[in-house]
Amino acid sequence: MKQRLLACCVLMLLAFGARAELVIEVTQGVDAPTPIAVVPFGWSGATPLPEDLAEIVSTDLYRSGFFSAMKRGDMLSFPQQQAQVFFRDWRVSGQNYLLIGRVTSTGGEQLQVTYELYDVLKETRVLGEQISGSTRNMRDIAHYISDAVFEKLTGLRGAFSTRIAYVTAQNQGGGRHRFSLQLADADGARARTILESREPIMSPSWSKDGSKLAYVSFESSRPGIYVQHLATGKREKIQSFAGLNGAPAWAPDGQRLALTLSKDGNPEIYTLDLARRQLTRVTHHYGIDTEPTWAPDGQSILFTSDRGGQPQIYRVYLADRRIERVTFEGNYNSSGKLTQDGRFLAMVHRSAGAGAAFNIAVQDLKTGRLDILTQTSLDESPTIAPNGSVVLYATQQGNNGVLAAVSLDGRVRFRMPSSSGDVREPAWSPYLQ
Amino acid sequence: MRALNVTKVAALALTFAWVAGCSSTSTQTDSADMGGSMGSDSGAMTSGSAGMGGLSGSELPAEVANLQTVFYFDFDQSSVKGESFADLEAHARYLASNPQASVRLEGHADERGTREYNIALGERRGNAVARFLMVNGSNAGQVEVISYGEEKPAVMGHGSDSWAQNRRVELKYAGR
Repeated sequence: MKQRLLACCVLMLLAFGARAELVIEVTQGVDAPTPIAVVPFGWSGATPLPEDLAEIVSTDLYRSGFFSAMKRGDMLSFPQQQAQVFFRDWRVSGQNYLLIGRVTSTGGEQLQVTYELYDVLKETRVLGEQISGSTRNMRDIAHYISDAVFEKLTGLRGAFSTRIAYVTAQNQGGGRHRFSLQLADADGARARTILESREPIMSPSWSKDGSKLAYVSFESSRPGIYVQHLATGKREKIQSFAGLNGAPAWAPDGQRLALTLSKDGNPEIYTLDLARRQLTRVTHHYGIDTEPTWAPDGQSILFTSDRGGQPQIYRVYLADRRIERVTFEGNYNSSGKLTQDGRFLAMVHRSAGAGAAFNIAVQDLKTGRLDILTQTSLDESPTIAPNGSVVLYATQQGNNGVLAAVSLDGRVRFRMPSSSGDVREPAWSPYLQ
Repeated sequence: MRALNVTKVAALALTFAWVAGCSSTSTQTDSADMGGSMGSDSGAMTSGSAGMGGLSGSELPAEVANLQTVFYFDFDQSSVKGESFADLEAHARYLASNPQASVRLEGHADERGTREYNIALGERRGNAVARFLMVNGSNAGQVEVISYGEEKPAVMGHGSDSWAQNRRVELKYAGR
């Protein structure tokens, strides 16, 4: 046992050198994904472009689970404009849609990107646009095109241009740990470390404008709540009472944080007005009250409480402090997150019955219906894409913590295996400007 | 190093004077905690604070050197088990007769369930041990509770054996 532990530690030490880049693996898509061909974009420059736009768009669409992407090797031609498109070829190869484009240099690093989306069956152009950018932000341009195509063809706003924050952890043995807070594109690319510590980092939460992260860090040997500005890296310690300081959650108005403090003896929910530094206690109960999350209208807060004997999710209305119980199925419901329309509640759920696993479930607050979305165990930390299509969560794969995702209707699944260490506590950003 | 820290602390205290305005007691240490962790573009690279967590087992005061310092709990439970009573009473006696000594109780949970809930569970376990020590003669001021939830497991692994070893409170004597 001891030897295995040692081997584990050594492996982890070796692995730590590598950046924890995440790569998405689709494990289940919709039954009949829409076939689309994304043709390599034309480029006549002397040196190759740093990014392959068509490849990024194609991968985005495929990973959404809604599309199947045609392989490049199967394409008979690489049209760059309408005159070069032979619809019959694309129809014969089973494609419903065709995306073509071209890139031209407008001096220095500046680029102009044109893309056009065609309905292969109707032989019509359904979307097209010219975008100015530079060689430095080509991934942004690609995700922008993915968003436009996705919205046109599914009716859902795309979330490819958003980001995710997550925590990585390495147990280095001998009681030494290494924690880091990472920020990456929604597809896992361009990961960068925004905080590193030997002490735990927990519970990242995005401000509603996407410019700041609140999180818990134990760097001072006890938990404190910090707010970090992503553009500058500047950060502020905003709360560190004796006891717990945890679970920060940004209010929709961007002015307040909900948080958990145990300074009065046991964990209670508070709100903190950030400008006025005014703390307001919201719950009063001797049980555990934690994991606050705001309703999108800012009028109520959902939270986990064991006031009924087991952890369940409750809602407190801020105007009159009325409390109602929200979850009833199963013996453990916690870490709730609402969709932007406030209708669906994603949570960690354990069914009644011995040895039941911890899964991600979603409850329709209108009908009360609860669906268990995952079949793994030890699932936690659900976070919902801003378009409400997908729940990202943390789970175990072998001996590693990894991120995985499932669509709210359970039809699409993907995993984001990491190259190193444990990955946990994902937080999906809002739409970014 | 120490002098550098002091100037940093002073500068930070000025810069973040508003922090102190927020609450009286708890924020005194805030600016000190932030030393060296501000303002770089890549975000803050913190170094943690090795050594603040108390002494390791070999440096325990002689009177308590042979006592258990890790106390285990049942699943989802925070009551101190009978098997822990004798050693905890001895720690309490030592604290009662050595008012300058103090302990830090680090509460932990196993990995099942959600992280913030487990932090609360770890604190509940730490508080249970703290109450036990105080009932048996130690002073409230000698006991500090901090919860790590499931963030610092004693052993890796995802089975009931590992979980049982991770549901614990670690008692650490603070440096004198």
